Amino acid sequence: MKWEVVIGLEVHVQLSTKSKIFSGASTAFGAAPNTQTAVVDIALPGALPVMNRAAVDKAVRLGLALDATVNRKSIFARKNYFYPDLPKGYQISQFELPIVEHGKLSIQVGDAEKVIRVTRAHLEEDAGKSLHEDFHGATGIDLNRAGTPLLEVVSEPDMRSPEEAVAYARALYTLVTWLGICDGNMQEGSFRVDANVSVRPEGQTEFGTRREIKNLNSFRFLQQAIEAEIQWQIETLEDGGRVQQATVLFDPDRGETRAMRSKEDAHDYRYFPDPDLLPLVVSEALIESIKADMPELPGQMKARFIADYGLSAYDASLLTAGRAIAAYFEAVAKATGQGKLAANWVNGELAARLNRDGLDIAACPISAERLAGLVARIADNTLSSKLAKQVFDALWESELSADAIIERDGLKQVSDVGAIEKMVEEAIAANPKAVEEFRAGKEKALNALAGQVMKASRGKANPAQVQEILRAKLA
Amino acid sequence: MSARGSDVAPRSLTPRSDTIMNSTNHTLTSLASLLAAGEASAVELATDYLARIAALNPSLNAYVSVDAAKTLAEAAAADAARAAGAAGFLTGVPLAYKDIFCQQGWKTSCGSKMLDNFVAPYDAHVVEKCRAAGLVSLGRTNMDEFAMGSSNENSFYGAVKNPWDLAAIPGGSSGGSAAAVAARLAPAALGTDTGGSIRQPASHCGITGIKPTYGVVSRFGMVAYASSLDQGGPMAQTAEDCAQLMNVIAGFDERDSTSLERAAEDYTRELGQPLGGLKVGLPREYFADGLSGDVASVIENAVNELKKLGAEVVEVSLPNTELSIPAYYVIAPAEASSNLSRYDGVRYGHRAAEYGDLTEMYEKTRAEGFGSEVKRRILVGTYVLSHGYYDAYYLKAQKIRRLIAGDFQRAFGDCDVILGPVAPTAAFNLGEKSGDPVQMYLSDVYTLSVNLAGLPAMSVPAGFAANGRPVGLQIIGNYFSEAKMLNVAHQFQLATDWHTRAPAL
Repeated sequence: MKWEVVIGLEVHVQLSTKSKIFSGASTAFGAAPNTQTAVVDIALPGALPVMNRAAVDKAVRLGLALDATVNRKSIFARKNYFYPDLPKGYQISQFELPIVEHGKLSIQVGDAEKVIRVTRAHLEEDAGKSLHEDFHGATGIDLNRAGTPLLEVVSEPDMRSPEEAVAYARALYTLVTWLGICDGNMQEGSFRVDANVSVRPEGQTEFGTRREIKNLNSFRFLQQAIEAEIQWQIETLEDGGRVQQATVLFDPDRGETRAMRSKEDAHDYRYFPDPDLLPLVVSEALIESIKADMPELPGQMKARFIADYGLSAYDASLLTAGRAIAAYFEAVAKATGQGKLAANWVNGELAARLNRDGLDIAACPISAERLAGLVARIADNTLSSKLAKQVFDALWESELSADAIIERDGLKQVSDVGAIEKMVEEAIAANPKAVEEFRAGKEKALNALAGQVMKASRGKANPAQVQEILRAKLA
Repeated sequence: MSARGSDVAPRSLTPRSDTIMNSTNHTLTSLASLLAAGEASAVELATDYLARIAALNPSLNAYVSVDAAKTLAEAAAADAARAAGAAGFLTGVPLAYKDIFCQQGWKTSCGSKMLDNFVAPYDAHVVEKCRAAGLVSLGRTNMDEFAMGSSNENSFYGAVKNPWDLAAIPGGSSGGSAAAVAARLAPAALGTDTGGSIRQPASHCGITGIKPTYGVVSRFGMVAYASSLDQGGPMAQTAEDCAQLMNVIAGFDERDSTSLERAAEDYTRELGQPLGGLKVGLPREYFADGLSGDVASVIENAVNELKKLGAEVVEVSLPNTELSIPAYYVIAPAEASSNLSRYDGVRYGHRAAEYGDLTEMYEKTRAEGFGSEVKRRILVGTYVLSHGYYDAYYLKAQKIRRLIAGDFQRAFGDCDVILGPVAPTAAFNLGEKSGDPVQMYLSDVYTLSVNLAGLPAMSVPAGFAANGRPVGLQIIGNYFSEAKMLNVAHQFQLATDWHTRAPAL
């Protein structure tokens, strides 16, 4: 049987506000346990939450970027359950009426583009942390994280492969970091993904039973976890078993998903509107001011790169994966007037090198200006592609400009007709056998002659010119 | 009372026989005048009250925490402020706090074993305001556990006795505050009112108390029972004293999102206005079956008194009054079940001594820490919020709440204030209803709807029932009409002397 995979994602985006969503305590990561806790965060008797408007601004910003409905009035609800790191015994979240609804996000998988619908995005507070180590049979509670603002972004079950799910998660990651509403630090939990996964026989319209993989904090784990889950579900069904709705955890060491709790243990959260908070009102003025302050979005920039520089959709989407890489590319393209060539270098050699050294574009040793210097020399035929790579290596290792490297290493491509003619004549004289074969109709022999010329020029002769002159001389 | 310099600070708690009855029988306002005139020091006043508390509290149980050293230190600071010319109108006047307001350095137990070991590390907004005004804290008054009760029998620290009759309940949940003021163990106290908890004990103890419009007094630092209904307010001998305390505690607080951002007002500004032309509404539902005859005649006499002062009486209708009981006993427990989830033994408060795992720790901690009325309301609240019941109970109750608010707005189309009883009877006996929670709930019928609508209302001493226990007149005003209501009460108190009657103790 052929199976179709259905995936929906819930992403917890930590909003990069200075203080917590309902208190004035700092949200900075890594402080000594329980030092960043106001009376609200410890849930002392009599403590009351007060909305941090900075979190609202950030939620509105994402709503506008997702082309979504930003609700002018939304409601905070209490999600009631007991857990030691949930100090109030309830989490303040949005339930029936979230701040953002009905958005969409475009993703690119290979050459295919697809629009994923975003059901909703709601504001909520994070819980604290339970620390099970170092306490000898007891559990330590750190409430520094309690009350950190989160925006939970929920997609429709529109994804049909692990690749699409990863592309969606990446696109959302790009957007929230692009907008500056999230610091994007996945190791510290600033962007956490839950994946709802089900499979169904191809052609079936009803969804299969889903399981939810919790708390994936890297794109690689997301991909691996979904793959493992799909495999498990298909094997279970093909063996005549049934998938039961459950929450599962991914164990990256064993590459498998494990059930945490089944639907039967599901909480009744007893949601009701939080009487301590008034309905959250978003004014037209706020929306207008945020609209006026919106940067060019990755989707818009991608379309512009395609139109202005003749890039493929794939290249353009790579170049708009982050604001820094986009700015870098555009600086090179503008400085040289060579969009396509700039894209090839940024997505090719530069990306590979950054990847090899584990560097972010922000830490790239070659500035856009210096790469533009290289691209310009390729465009004006000063450098062959082979020499260009040599110059690129030197750029990576030094602080010199491309021109200085070309000068220093004598790497200028020779395009002087007289000089090339001289080398061609020498090659013809030295290789009578190849000349004979070419004249007998063997095309390949010309390449051997050209190779001799390139060798004689130590790679600097313009290869196109060499070919042209050879043909003329042998005609 | 002799005039003394503020540097003289008697540390002995022995009552000074020449002053004890005099100073502790004064109103808040007259104590302020004594202080201003230099006829008493804050330390003297505090000493007198502490002595009277030491003498009478063992039989009344109105206070749960008294700390003479702290009180006298605050009083000495107030005297020093006055000597330095930095005194406000109420600087040096003593005040008692219901045990529900967080007060830095004081045990804030809310009448519960759960918080018996909890010392508040911060001040509630109103406590901050009172400190800033120079008021001297006399201690913490007893209350029904987490403000749940109408008799003050639900306190971990034992029932409070009604100073008028030690066999009677003082009312609840601010029973300790009401008893303290009635017994002159404090000139005034702060209370809270979620379904009548200021007005009903004020009525039963023969004092004056006002529950302000929801949102006028910040709830920051006030231990939550039912957040959408809770409101703090003053309890004192007179309406004038209540107005003075409203000036201290009312006002916007950005730390409470439901606090209303309004210009500060002077709640004494209408005191002295004649009542000619005032239209008072009598809701026919408040005078129907269930109202005892002696309470009805006290209210009738009070209405006649106001007529003599120029008020015009109209009949109004509040048709959904009866529904306020089921609506309140759905909404308040629902919010309470969630508000009280934080008492889990993890961070502060009571924790069971022995437990096997986390679930057992929660279960034993909460089973041991909460009393039966609190448990009952947590159970009810959890039930009405549960999946499948939410619409039938919680949402339905919210709709009734809107109907009740609508009833009041229609009534206020025909009158300026509404008058009626606070409770169907005068104070009942201790133990009389404690075995029957529903009977107890039904006695809240005249007070609950005010909280559901968010309106201001007060209780004013208006006479006595056949058994000699006090009866209060309830004055309900439209939103933000506290100044007007306080003047209606003040004019009534100028014409009558019920508020001056004190129990013989």
